[in-house]
Amino acid sequence: MNLFFKPFDDMTPEDYADIGLMCGLEVHQQLLTKRKLFCHCPAGRYSSAYDAEILRQMRPTLSELGEYDGTALMEKKTRKNIYYRIHRDTVCTYDIDDTPPFFPDDQAIDIALEVALLLNLNMVGEMHIARKQYLDGSIPAGFQRTAILGVSGWIPYKDRRIGIRQLSIEEDSCREVTDVGHERVLLTDRLGMPLVETVTEPEMYTPRATAEVCQIIRMLCRATGKVRTGYGAGRQDVNVSVRGGTRIEIKGVPQIKRIPLLVYNEARRQWSLLQIRDELKRRGITTDTFSWTATDVTRNVRKTHFPPIRDALGHGQRVQCVVLRGFAGLLNLEIQEYTTFGKEFSDRVRVIACLTRQPNIVHSDTASELLSVRDWKELRRRAKSGDQDALVLVWGDEADVRTACEEIAVRAREATLGVPSDTRQALKDGTNGFERVLPGAERMYPDTDLPPMNIAPQRLDRIAALLPPKPWDREKRYRKLGLSDHAIHVLFRRNRATLFERLMDELGIDPGFATRILVEQFTAFSREGLPIYSLCDDDVFEVFKALAAGDFSQEGVTIVLGRALRTPIDIAFDGSHVAAELNEFPPPATVDELDTRIQAHLSNGEAAGKPASKTHRIIMGRLMAEFRGRLHGTLIAERLRDSQLKVAEGT
Amino acid sequence: MEENRFKGYRGIGKAVLEQHNVGVWSDVKVESTRGRFEGLILPRSVTADEHHIVLKLVTGYNIGIAADTVTKITEQGRREAHYKISEQSFPTDPRKPNIVLLGTGGTIASRLDYRSGAVIPSFSPGELYGSVPELADTCNLRTEKLFGVFSENMGPEQYVVLANRIGEIIADGIDGIVVGHGTDTMHHTAAILTFMVQNPPVPIVMVGSQRSSDRPSSDAAVNLINAVRAASQGEMAEVLVCMFGPTSHQYCLLHRGTRVRKMHSSYRSTFRTLGDTPMASVDAHGIKPFRADFNHRRNDRNVTLNTAFEQRVTLLYYYPNMQPDIVDAIVEKGYRGIVIAGTGLGHINKPIYAAIKRATDAGVHIYMTVQTLWGFVQMYVYETGREIMSLGVIPAGNMLPEVAYMKLCWTLGQTDDRDEVRRIMLMPVADEITTREPYNGYLVFQGAIPEVQDFLRRVMR
Repeated sequence: MNLFFKPFDDMTPEDYADIGLMCGLEVHQQLLTKRKLFCHCPAGRYSSAYDAEILRQMRPTLSELGEYDGTALMEKKTRKNIYYRIHRDTVCTYDIDDTPPFFPDDQAIDIALEVALLLNLNMVGEMHIARKQYLDGSIPAGFQRTAILGVSGWIPYKDRRIGIRQLSIEEDSCREVTDVGHERVLLTDRLGMPLVETVTEPEMYTPRATAEVCQIIRMLCRATGKVRTGYGAGRQDVNVSVRGGTRIEIKGVPQIKRIPLLVYNEARRQWSLLQIRDELKRRGITTDTFSWTATDVTRNVRKTHFPPIRDALGHGQRVQCVVLRGFAGLLNLEIQEYTTFGKEFSDRVRVIACLTRQPNIVHSDTASELLSVRDWKELRRRAKSGDQDALVLVWGDEADVRTACEEIAVRAREATLGVPSDTRQALKDGTNGFERVLPGAERMYPDTDLPPMNIAPQRLDRIAALLPPKPWDREKRYRKLGLSDHAIHVLFRRNRATLFERLMDELGIDPGFATRILVEQFTAFSREGLPIYSLCDDDVFEVFKALAAGDFSQEGVTIVLGRALRTPIDIAFDGSHVAAELNEFPPPATVDELDTRIQAHLSNGEAAGKPASKTHRIIMGRLMAEFRGRLHGTLIAERLRDSQLKVAEGT
Repeated sequence: MEENRFKGYRGIGKAVLEQHNVGVWSDVKVESTRGRFEGLILPRSVTADEHHIVLKLVTGYNIGIAADTVTKITEQGRREAHYKISEQSFPTDPRKPNIVLLGTGGTIASRLDYRSGAVIPSFSPGELYGSVPELADTCNLRTEKLFGVFSENMGPEQYVVLANRIGEIIADGIDGIVVGHGTDTMHHTAAILTFMVQNPPVPIVMVGSQRSSDRPSSDAAVNLINAVRAASQGEMAEVLVCMFGPTSHQYCLLHRGTRVRKMHSSYRSTFRTLGDTPMASVDAHGIKPFRADFNHRRNDRNVTLNTAFEQRVTLLYYYPNMQPDIVDAIVEKGYRGIVIAGTGLGHINKPIYAAIKRATDAGVHIYMTVQTLWGFVQMYVYETGREIMSLGVIPAGNMLPEVAYMKLCWTLGQTDDRDEVRRIMLMPVADEITTREPYNGYLVFQGAIPEVQDFLRRVMR
């Protein structure tokens, strides 16, 4: 059979409408707080350094309503040892689940409420903390603490509204270091960081609209000026389905610009899986008639030249041959760009049976390249299989191979139904791979360690009164001030819009100058490799305040900021060295001091005999070195020129 | 079932539910001044305020809605949830040892209690097999629920029932006994069981969990599996405590019932042997003994039971500025024994000497232990110690204060004769007093020291 699907660039909105594409988003945004959400560890300290390691194993537990979650059962099969790397400065015994939670950070809840109000949500009266199970180990406790603050809101998008299902506040998870075999290693520096998750209704119908709505939500969060920016501070999950397909969650998309291709590939995958299901039906294979066998073929392949199997045999491992009756020719079909149906099987084997070394399977549809014709003939004979069947070989430790065979069969059976409910990981090439079975509501469990918390109307009123302007309103204002699209975009992206407005409104700084520093100068700093996000709004504000007070010239701003950024700092930044830089910065010079130095330079004969313009350049250079930031360059130039003229007149 | 319809709701919350003719487990649409909400009405915790109604959303999250913001509730259906641990009958294999698991409460298996919002224990072989099927690999398991109390509510009444039941089970023939117990007072129960149930022919292994079993990273299953291993395969026929060794999911340690103590309010590796080394480690590879000095498993059904217990005994934790009237009050209230946890080598301040003297003159038995927990009482080193002994206070070696307390209760339940009490108290049953402290019996590592950091740096693979 043939699965033709238009390439990404050729797809039109009508094409997507034809296949019934629907997308929703779960946008995660870290909040800019001093501490973590449920403990008093400092927030925002990232480092892969660690000084201790602990091991946890996860077991599925029952949901509040007495059911096991499907994901939980899947993870149980995987039997992973999860090693957490921990550093004293970023992690405490709460994070490793050896101490009960502390009350959640009020600052974080305030920021989350602010975002919730911007999203026009119906606010809850009481916050109930839930445990969301994660058996993959991404959280040492085995669950994430999370709570809903509002439901049923909306944001404007073009000429319509996009529904916002809910906003929750939650603790961030670990970062993966490695995942090989039964051993997964995770870094805990990000663990416990407060973040909000905004969930939209599935109301985006093209890949592009999905990315654009994501951008709006991102900007809306940043409008508060109280969220973190930088790589990993904002991540999203994209939910995709096509008509007849299933809601599939693509996890952890770090950049918005990657959304469209990911959506395209997932739409294509679902459409293709539906075609495969129909083909199976034509072949008379349904959930009920589907049959498979697994045969130990370790002895039959002992002479093979295929290196992975030779290797496995060398280590005393087993080889099994799974026969999928009637599946011949399907495993090689392309269901995403450059990705075949066969990878669906390989992924399951990798994740669930922990056979992580690639390739981990080989199937009869790619036979000729990897195993000899004789090998396959022998295998078909041994496994009692005909040409209409697909053969999948898998090798490894006995227990893992047993799990692998079952998973291959499970995946094949799912093919008779269409699109299985998965959580999928976003891959760099725009395709996606299996991560785990999509968890359901069963994985939610009330947190019994903390009582429900009242969200008082007074608190909401206080936050509502100080709500920042919506990004779309801000954009209009900045345009009026003459800012370029680029400058507006950068101010939003760097989360400096609130600062920008404070500089204008509170200090009377010229918008042009403020933009020059916050956009162009910061870009320059960033290109030098300086950590521009280590300077918080208040730090930068202090520097401009000193400028407004006449402590130094405009140039002084660049110098002080540059020095502050170049000071070697710990991972954390508390702004104290901006104050130090401000203190150390010499006080502004007087015109008298300047005149004295001008006279000194003019009279020491260093530029004697040169034309006036050259003399001016030389002495100007020296004066700038002496007075940089303490006096305005224009003033220095004027005084120097005047003195030169006087000297000329005198002679 | 009017009561159940508003489970946990009272005041305005209940009034609003009544007014709109809905109750717990109603699937509803709520209109409020904060907007619309949809979900299932859940029972309310009795300790929570009366002002909110709890909804379970379709996403699985719970939220509270302020009752006074509600304008309308419409019922769309009803959906009652029953939390149930999947129950499967525990398989039996005649070749496997028979083990009894006695339940006293605690969180080996637990479920959610809507009324209190907390977890409550739950327990049956079927439930256990449903959640910890590995148990069937090592033994045939029978369970008996003796009580369902949290460990802080364990007391003499329970100790006696537990000891007697263990005696009966041993007499009936069994290969090992596991006692599920809350962790807070597990070491108290371990101590008293050691005194009440002497020379058992099989292991008696106490086990609990620091993280309830409703959490994926719980230590409950691993502790239970290892306790069952120790009870069914272990050679140590003593009262032992089986709990996590390190905080990592690696192995459990077996501690002697008289030398073990809970040392952290929440850590998984909270149980430590003090003043000695643990008895063994247990993991999937089996039991690795650290010591040879233990009572071996026997084939007979003999056991010495002595369930004496005197309740009028107290444990006095000494502090500077302790006033004599405290001691006088204890005597006046009719207490017959006092275990003092003294400072340093076993000291108390001079102002209470007179009260101590009055107490011993009145026939109260007073024993000295150390609040340093590690080390021996030695009252000859300083003059003050000798003075205190001359008041009739008897040093109790390196007996842990809680263990000395349990032993004095047990002893005074048997006799009031001063010399006899002293003889029983100072004659160790199972190392509650040891004659020597090994160099590795006192190890409280301090972080930041390079060699300790090296040790913490990597989990053994």
